[in-house]
This record gives sequence, C-alpha cells and structure tokens, in this order.
Amino acid sequence: MADKYTQLVSQGLGKDLAKRLGLPQPVELRRYSAGAPLVTGPVLVSGDSPGADDIATTLLGWGLDVRRNALPKEKLGAIVLVLDAVQHPDDLAKPVLTAGSSLRDLAVNARVVTISRTADSAQSPASAAARQGIDGFLRSLAKELRAGATANGILLADDLATTSPSALGALRFFLSGRSAYVDGQFLTVSSTKGIMPGDPEKPLAGKVAVVTGAARGIGAAIARTLHRDGATVVAVDIPAAGDHLARVANEVRGTALQLDISRDDAGHRIIEHAVERHGRLDIVVHNAGITRDRLLANMDEGRWRSVIAVNIAAQLRINEALLASEHFKDSPRIVSVASTSGIAGNRGQTNYGASKGGVIGMVRSTADHMEPFGGTINAVAPGFIETEMTAKMPFAIREAARRLNSLKQGGQPQDVAEAIAFLASDAAGGITGGVLRVCGQQLVGA
Amino acid sequence: MAASDLNPNASREHTARPTANRAAVIVGGNRIPFARTGGAYAKSSNQDMLTASLEGLIARFGLQDERIGEVAAGAVLKHSRDFNLTREAVLGSALSPETPAYDLQQACATGLETVLGLANKIKLGQIDSAIAGGVDSASDAPIAVSEGLREILLDLNRAKTPVQKVKILSRIRPKDLAPDAPNTGEPRTGLSMGEHQALTTAQWKITREAQDELAFNSHRNLAAAYERGFFDDLITPYRGLNRDSNLRPDTTLEKLSTLKPVFGRNLGAEATMTAGNSTPLTDGASTVLLASTEWADTHGLPKLATVLDGEAAAVDFVHGKDGLLMAPVFAVPRLLARHGLTFEDIDFFEIHEAFAGTVLSTLAAWEDEEFGRTRLGLDGALGKVDRAKLNVNGSSLAAGHPFAATGGRIVASLAKMLHEKGTVNGRPARGLISVCAAGGQGVVAILEAA
Repeated sequence: MADKYTQLVSQGLGKDLAKRLGLPQPVELRRYSAGAPLVTGPVLVSGDSPGADDIATTLLGWGLDVRRNALPKEKLGAIVLVLDAVQHPDDLAKPVLTAGSSLRDLAVNARVVTISRTADSAQSPASAAARQGIDGFLRSLAKELRAGATANGILLADDLATTSPSALGALRFFLSGRSAYVDGQFLTVSSTKGIMPGDPEKPLAGKVAVVTGAARGIGAAIARTLHRDGATVVAVDIPAAGDHLARVANEVRGTALQLDISRDDAGHRIIEHAVERHGRLDIVVHNAGITRDRLLANMDEGRWRSVIAVNIAAQLRINEALLASEHFKDSPRIVSVASTSGIAGNRGQTNYGASKGGVIGMVRSTADHMEPFGGTINAVAPGFIETEMTAKMPFAIREAARRLNSLKQGGQPQDVAEAIAFLASDAAGGITGGVLRVCGQQLVGA
Repeated sequence: MAASDLNPNASREHTARPTANRAAVIVGGNRIPFARTGGAYAKSSNQDMLTASLEGLIARFGLQDERIGEVAAGAVLKHSRDFNLTREAVLGSALSPETPAYDLQQACATGLETVLGLANKIKLGQIDSAIAGGVDSASDAPIAVSEGLREILLDLNRAKTPVQKVKILSRIRPKDLAPDAPNTGEPRTGLSMGEHQALTTAQWKITREAQDELAFNSHRNLAAAYERGFFDDLITPYRGLNRDSNLRPDTTLEKLSTLKPVFGRNLGAEATMTAGNSTPLTDGASTVLLASTEWADTHGLPKLATVLDGEAAAVDFVHGKDGLLMAPVFAVPRLLARHGLTFEDIDFFEIHEAFAGTVLSTLAAWEDEEFGRTRLGLDGALGKVDRAKLNVNGSSLAAGHPFAATGGRIVASLAKMLHEKGTVNGRPARGLISVCAAGGQGVVAILEAA
C-alpha cells in the first residue's frame, strides 16, 4: 500500500497540482505478484559484445519481447545495457548514448540494468577506469529516472560469461517487481555457482528457512515471502513476542520457535528444531535486531551492549554453530539484515551503526568459510521502510526520510524480504560476501 | 461383612488390570499465561482463550491444516451458548475444519480427564493424534437469571393470549430480578470449597507455617522455572501477559505470615488458610498434543512422555466421611497398586495446589499408619513423598488455577520435566499427577519419560 501522499499525487487533480508545483511525484511501485509479467513491455538489449548477444538470446528464451534496436516512440519495459567488454572509458559513449536516447520511452516502473565487470588492480588503468566509470554512471542515471523506474547493475568477475547462472538470476531479480525498492545498486557475481530455479514462481521449493525476529514488521514479511516462494519457514522470536509469532507461523504454515537469539545455545536450538521438525536446514535469515538510540555523549553501557549483543554478537555465535553443523553443508544460505545506518551512519545510532557495520564486516569475512560447501552469505541493508517502528517517528522527520530517495517514497517490508528471498535462492549461488541496499537510492550518505 | 463393604475405596479391592496397548505419547503443550480474575483477560471469553492456546500449539508444532484425530476440552464455568466450545475453538483455529471435537466437564479434573480419555483412544488405535485442553474464565463467568424469573419467562413463552402473557408478567417481583451469579459452593452442603478444605486442614492438623512454606516454595519454584526459560516452549503470551500474573517472585515467608485467614474462621484458633496459601480465581487456557508413536515420528515431532495410566476416585464428603478434596488420596494407591509401583518409583510428584492445605492433608493421609490400614486397606502408611520431588517447577498457588486449564498445565510441564530427566536407574523417569475436584472427586495419572 502506497503512503497517502503517493496516492494523492498518483492521479487526477493531485497529480496535476504536484506537477505544477514541482513537488515530488512518487508512483505506486510495481511489486511482484505471482503470474505477473517479468517486465511491463519490450526489453531493449544495448551493447555489441558477444555477451550482449547471449543476453538477448536468453531473454528471448524467457519469452520476453526483445529489441536490439529501439523502435521510435515504442514504450520500453526495460533497457539492459551490456558493457562487459569495455576496455577504455571511450568505449562507453556509444552504448550509453544509445540507451540514453531511449530513456524518454521508458514505461512507468521500467528497469535499466547494466552488466559489466568488477574493477580492481588486476586490470590496466584504462580498463579499470572504464569499469569503475560504470559505477558512477549507473548511480547518476538512477537519480535521473522517474515514475518508479530504477537502474541497477550486475558486476561480473573477469572470466564469467554474461549468462552465468547468478548473472541471469540477478538480471531476473532486477527486471522483476521483486526489486521494486532497489535502486542505484550493484550485485557482484563472483563465480559460476548457482542454478536457475525449475519453477520461477517457487524458487525456494523444498528449502527449510529460519527467520529470526519474525513476529512482526520486516521479519514477518520475510517469513511470508520465503513461504510464498516455496520454503518451509521456522519463525523465531523472543518468547515475549510469542503471540505475534504464532500468528505469523500459522499464516505461513510453518513452525514457531520462541527463542532469545542472544542465548549461548541459540544456534544449536535453531539447527535442532529445523532438522528434527523439517528434516533439514538450508537458509538462515538474521533479521532480529533492536535499537537503543542515544547520542554517544549520553550513551550508557547497557544501551551499547544490548544492541551489540542482539544485532551482531548473536549472529556471530549462531553462525559459528551453523558452520560447525553437518546439517548446514548443502549449499546453505545466510542472509543478514544490515542497515543504511551501518553504511552512511545515523545521528543517535552509534551503537546501532556499529552493530550493522559489524554485520557487513561479518558477512564479508564469513563468505570464505561458506565457500567450500557451496554456501553463500550476504547482507541486505534497508533504508526507510514503512513499519510500525517508523510509523512512530515524528511527522516531519518521517516525511523527510520518506522522500529523500530517488523513488520519493518509503519502501515496504516486502521489498526487503524480496531481496532476501533472492539472495537465499539457488540462483544467487554465485553472489556472496556483499551487501545489497534496499533503500530506493537514499540521497543522503553513501 | 467383607472388607470391601467397609472400604470401597481401598486399593486391594481394585480389580482393574492394565492391558498392553500401544503407547500414547505427549508431544508437547501450550498454554497462555494464567491471569488473576479481572486482570489481563477480563474481556476474554473461554472461546477466545481456548482458541489462543490452540493457535500457539498449532504454531509450535506446525499443525496448520492438519486433521487431528480428535480434540477434547472443557470449561467448568461455562455459558450455555458455549455448548460446542471446543469445536468452535477448532473452527477458529488453523487446524483443518474437518477435525472433530467434544466438550468434557469434570470440575477441576476436566483438563486431566481430557488427556486420559484421548490417550485411551490413541492406545486403542481409534485415533492417531489428539489435542486435550481446558479453559476457564472467572472474569467472564456466566450469570443466570434467578430461578423465579426463569420459570416466569418459560411460562411466558408457552402463553398463547395477550391476557395470559400480562398475567404471567405480573408475577415478577423485585427479588426475581437479582441475577444468580456462579459460586464454588457445593450444592449438597452449601459450603464453599475453601470452607470444606478448612475442615480437612484442621482435621489433619496442618499448621499455618507448613501451608505458608508450601505457598512460598510454589512461587519460588515457578519464578526459577521462568528464569531459566523452562516455559519458553510451553507458553505463548496473550493480551500482553508473558507470565502468570499471580506469580510473586519476591514474596517471602514473612509476607505470607502476615495475611489474615479467609477460610475456617468459625473454627477459631484453628483458622490457617489465607489468600496466600489458597489459590485465587484465575483465567486461562491450556492444551496438550497427544499422539501415537508413529504419528509423532512421521510428523517429525518430539515424544516427551507417555501416558501410562490414570485413575479416578470419589469420596463421601456429604456425610463427612472424608474431606471434599481428598479423593486423590484413594485414587493414587489404587493406581500404584495396579502397576506394582511405590512412591520410590516416582521421580516427580505434581499435586495440584487447590489450597496448600489440600496438598498437605493429602500427604499427611498417605503418611498415616492408621489411615493406611483402615481406609486404604494397606499394611501401614502408603508412604512419604520426598518434598524435593514435589511440584518442583511450582504449581497452582503461584501459577493460578483456571479450573479446567490446570490439568493441561501440569501434563505438559511434567512431560517436559520427564523428558529432561530421561532415565532413573535404567528405567524411564516417572511422574505422578494428582488433581482434586469439586463434588468430592479426584483424578490421578502416571506419566513416563519417552
């Protein structure tokens, strides 16, 4: 459900007025629903590398209406800009300007997706410049798009084909309504691991997933989304939240586990419950988190320690148990909820920022430990999400937080859940150790 | 005259023999925290609370859309509109609507009797899974119109002409308009349960100090169980309540000793029963999931304990032969005898604390040589219950006692305790449950670790 302002300026007099006054004009975002088309119109595949041809062929195979050259005045559902072969910043001009000439033809809630390669010290300066240039280009372009359209990028490791499984998985995610509130972001594909799902509507079929903090808000949305995608869900929350937890567990036809994740044996209890009740454990989503905001000058030890204990120390301890378990060896997935506060910082949240920054560091380091058995670990960093928690913010601050992003609106819990569901899927097997922001391209901070 | 004529309640006269059947296992339980009357659940109906308790159980064990063999529950204080209370709760839950259910009522033994009845059906192979439960609200108790008004209204319904109707209505007197509130008084004696127990407490010479100490232990043990997370998988919060609201973790013997007696005051100096060592009126609900071993295994569910057997007894309290709440005194030796067991073979004693005096009178009777010989038909005293094994995680004095919900509370907690204990001297850990009930009744049961 869009917020009231978005509803007001989406049609009729309100729309007209907002336009004349130059007010922000958010639109109702296209979100995934079963059976909905992947994109809303024809897809222009721009770029002349063999990798671009492969992408065009693949998209045709998905039943999409693919264009290699734009037709004048035809509304486009998406532009896929394949830049995998650029060697020099000069190489960018042609494909980028070609795509640019089609931007005015983008439909509402359209998508722009770049496919390029990771830049590091292994390349020549010119090649690295071209690759890194795409980063700045994409983030700027995302800020130019209007009407719910987003721009995101896929970064491939050097030897990977544009059609490697996780590249295609990421492309599908970015094109679809699942990425509604992801804007100006990159997903890095580092290996050929990953398998595209047999049934794209049930990418988590047969999986057993644990979601912590599942009683309400984003956690409840994660439980619902993983269930919708086919997973059996174990909903975990503190005993005091048990009534809400039971409601969620019954709704998603899963089981409720009342557990304080900061207990020493929490990891063990989670594994035991999943394996005994459901026979396996494939996915763990670390969502549980708390805030105890204070300016650092006024911070007491209890506030600092409790946030660190729940938001990061508990995850570290549970992960140790998971990594040591024989039941967590079959291409398992860990997805951890970070926060834009852990990236860009937030006044009054030094403890929370430290814990969420900690999550990002933990994910980067743990990826190596998951790799030998095909496991992945990633973080998702939500920006302003419409929840019971943010509904309690003072009006002016809430309204500012809501509009200060490229999509001019807050995200929904489902948007965070969709990113997590993707990273938890088999298709994302080649994506690990990274952070995906679900923030509508927040304008302030990183 | 045969001995059986003198002692119809004696253990040796029991002819029932256990037969070998498949096991009925306790998978687990769920209850809502118990609330003192007029508190957190003041606006909750029996159906609300039973449904909430059921929903938590379903969530804990993933029973959504499951067709359970049968669900049985009941309430002691029950509105006539709740004639199908349990079935209505099932229909309001995530269980398959094709799950059958029935209501049962045996005063405070309702909850334990639902467990025993359903366990028997499982043992007989009639069903593979079952949910037993109970609920009571003293806050949302039914209030009936007076007997006079009820008769007038029924006559009015039968009247045919307006003149007849006016005539009948003219019979109404102000006293008829006073509602008839429920009470816990015994219909045949007019005495409240507390006054009955006061007689028994005095008869067995139970001291105020002993009663206060039992109450103190109940609060201390229940608080400690909460602290170590014992109830994390036994309770689901409800209406903002996370713990039993009657629990006083910081109560002391000194505090308890200052309370004034509320029952047996006409007994003069012997009045020992206070609000502290008597159970308050409480609202709450509990449920227990039972299954055959195969059903539990195929559903990947835990097997905490088995229901070994149960026994009911009743006493002639009307003529004062025994105290109102003393029936378990007779049921327990019969049940033990049936299985060749003694108190030495029991690792946990769960004796429902209707009043501290009830528990202590029961223990005193079992320790009494004379009583053992003359009333139980034994060679001497039945035996001494090791206090270290009694109500180790607290009982009704601390948790409260929503009548029909107490059986489910005890069964689920004891099953977990037995599972944690595992084996004792190579045999499965064993627990005895004893629940007294209005009408001079009592139901007892033995559970074994699975």
